[in-house]
Amino acid sequence: MYRYDQFDQSIVDARVEDFRDQVARRLSGAMSEDQFKPLRLMNGLYLQLHAYMLRIAVPYGTLNSRQVRMLAHIARKYDRGYGHFTTRQNLQFNWIELKDAPDILAELATVEMHTIQTSGNCIRNTTSDQYAGAAADEITDPRPWAELLRQWSSFHPEFTYLPRKFKVAIIASDEDRAAMRLHDIGVQIVRNEAGALGFKVFVGGGIGRTPMIAPLIREFLPAEHFLSYLEACLRVYNRYGRRDNIYKARIKILVHEIGAEEYARQVEEEWAHVKTLGLDPPMSEFDRIAAYFTPPAWEEGLSDDIDLSDPEFKAWVDQNIVAHKQPGYAIATISLKPVGGIPGDASAEQMEVMASLAERYSFDELRVTHAQNITLPHVKKADLYAVWQALKEAGLATANLDLISDIIACPGLDYCSLANARSIPLAQKIAERFAPLDRQRDLGELKLKISGCINACGHHHAGHIGILGVDRKGTENYQLLLGGSGAEDASLGRITGPGFDEDGVVDAIERTLDKYRAVREPGERFLDTYRRVGFEPFKEAIYG
Amino acid sequence: MKIATGNDLPTGDVVWWDGEGWTRHVEDAAEVGENGAALIAREEASRRVNAPYIIDAEMTERGPRPAHIKDRIRARGPTVRLDLNRVPIDPATGSWVI
Ligand code: SF4
Repeated sequence: MYRYDQFDQSIVDARVEDFRDQVARRLSGAMSEDQFKPLRLMNGLYLQLHAYMLRIAVPYGTLNSRQVRMLAHIARKYDRGYGHFTTRQNLQFNWIELKDAPDILAELATVEMHTIQTSGNCIRNTTSDQYAGAAADEITDPRPWAELLRQWSSFHPEFTYLPRKFKVAIIASDEDRAAMRLHDIGVQIVRNEAGALGFKVFVGGGIGRTPMIAPLIREFLPAEHFLSYLEACLRVYNRYGRRDNIYKARIKILVHEIGAEEYARQVEEEWAHVKTLGLDPPMSEFDRIAAYFTPPAWEEGLSDDIDLSDPEFKAWVDQNIVAHKQPGYAIATISLKPVGGIPGDASAEQMEVMASLAERYSFDELRVTHAQNITLPHVKKADLYAVWQALKEAGLATANLDLISDIIACPGLDYCSLANARSIPLAQKIAERFAPLDRQRDLGELKLKISGCINACGHHHAGHIGILGVDRKGTENYQLLLGGSGAEDASLGRITGPGFDEDGVVDAIERTLDKYRAVREPGERFLDTYRRVGFEPFKEAIYG
Repeated sequence: MKIATGNDLPTGDVVWWDGEGWTRHVEDAAEVGENGAALIAREEASRRVNAPYIIDAEMTERGPRPAHIKDRIRARGPTVRLDLNRVPIDPATGSWVI
């Protein structure tokens, strides 16, 4: 895992002191809210419905136990005993007082954490595959590249005031577990025919008001030109992005309006110039960063056998464990989606349990997933039962990864000042309706995603089933979407028709899934059946 | 009726104008009538409250009830964490908010 050097630490420490001074001036009345707001946002501090909300960066979703314990400590000391893991692999605290914010940042800095790049029109915290460094199907660990990107983009003077926020995701496998093509820039690490490492670059994806899947801009970018090419991508955007209209200011609109081919041509032209500026670091600098991500000292020769005689444990293993690249090890995902719970929320006590398990059983590493769960990336198969028992005791052993109750839900109208409708109670109702595990498993992989407004933090366009909360004359209303995917088979969901109230949308989902069960062929997921039979049979089932 | 609301500057708590100052209890919110804009301008300038605004509400037996669900949730707290509401686990909250 990356460790701060003196530069990282001094940058973060200096930022804390700047913010302390800014908060003091705001509290004394020396600064107006108009003057202060951009400064607090640059430090991840939003004003939400009930209080200030602090968004903490978790670069590419990677945490160690010390950091998670610090999050638990902050939850207890400054918040109300819990935190919320987000679809951006970050963590949010919902009940922060302005006067405490500088102290919280100072405490975070002691464990190499901060809130930089969690707000504003800058390059945001880079996201990645939660299984990075462990996945059996990756060609390399994508995190050194994500870290290089973090160092390049943090406080990048040219890109601090972009037309809009800018999100980059990087993965290294054909299976996309990071919704890579729904980002402003999506990078897939690949090898060319000669075996050289490089990148496929996708630009112009995004969700929100105008969802788009990023088109391929470059088939193969040699690894040594990573930063200069991204610099060129950003420069073209910075020059031509629509600063005149906030709804058209994301790069996806630029790429869409001029066309992917023309955008790519302009990037190549810009790149020809940028390449001459010496922006690409020497590979020795990359190697220096990569050394922090050397695989842990896995034991050799371990058995792959797991004693599955406990049926409840077996259900968890079947659902929440995926293949690790090292024989004898497994990747275990801790579901933060107990039926009836709040998706992505973890109490301080649960954070501490997860931290202890990571320390004891997973080489001190945890990952936040964009689906709002936590992964222990390197668990010995022989230790899985002990891990599961500890999780069970802490209410963290729900065996529902990628099933219908593993719902992504944004905070919605229970917390968010931009919301039109509540997301969480709806997620709870759906999970309760489909609670029996055998029913969920019969329905198979089903990604259900809920957003409380068009900003789409809950990725509703990318849900096999998506739900969007809207405001209909002052009451909550929900639109249903079918057929989206944020994975390697990315697609955007289609709105089924008129919206529903809360109970109505749960019924509509049940009718949709009854139809799926009636027409599916063996081995088909809901999404596969939907793609095979099309939209109409489901619409008919929903509206009659 | 029209009432004024915002968030307390140092804590972020939801507050309501009670005629003399800012209270955390919507039940004590005062009718601001036609003076809302002037009140907001004055209070914003005094820098005690963040992002104040005027909303519609109806007067009920239990005091003013905001017209929009968003402000009713602000008044009480998250509907999914009743333990963290301004009046924790109040059985009357459900029908008041929704
Ligand atoms: S989707 Fe809308 S309601 Fe949900 S968190 Fe984002 S801005 Fe808030």
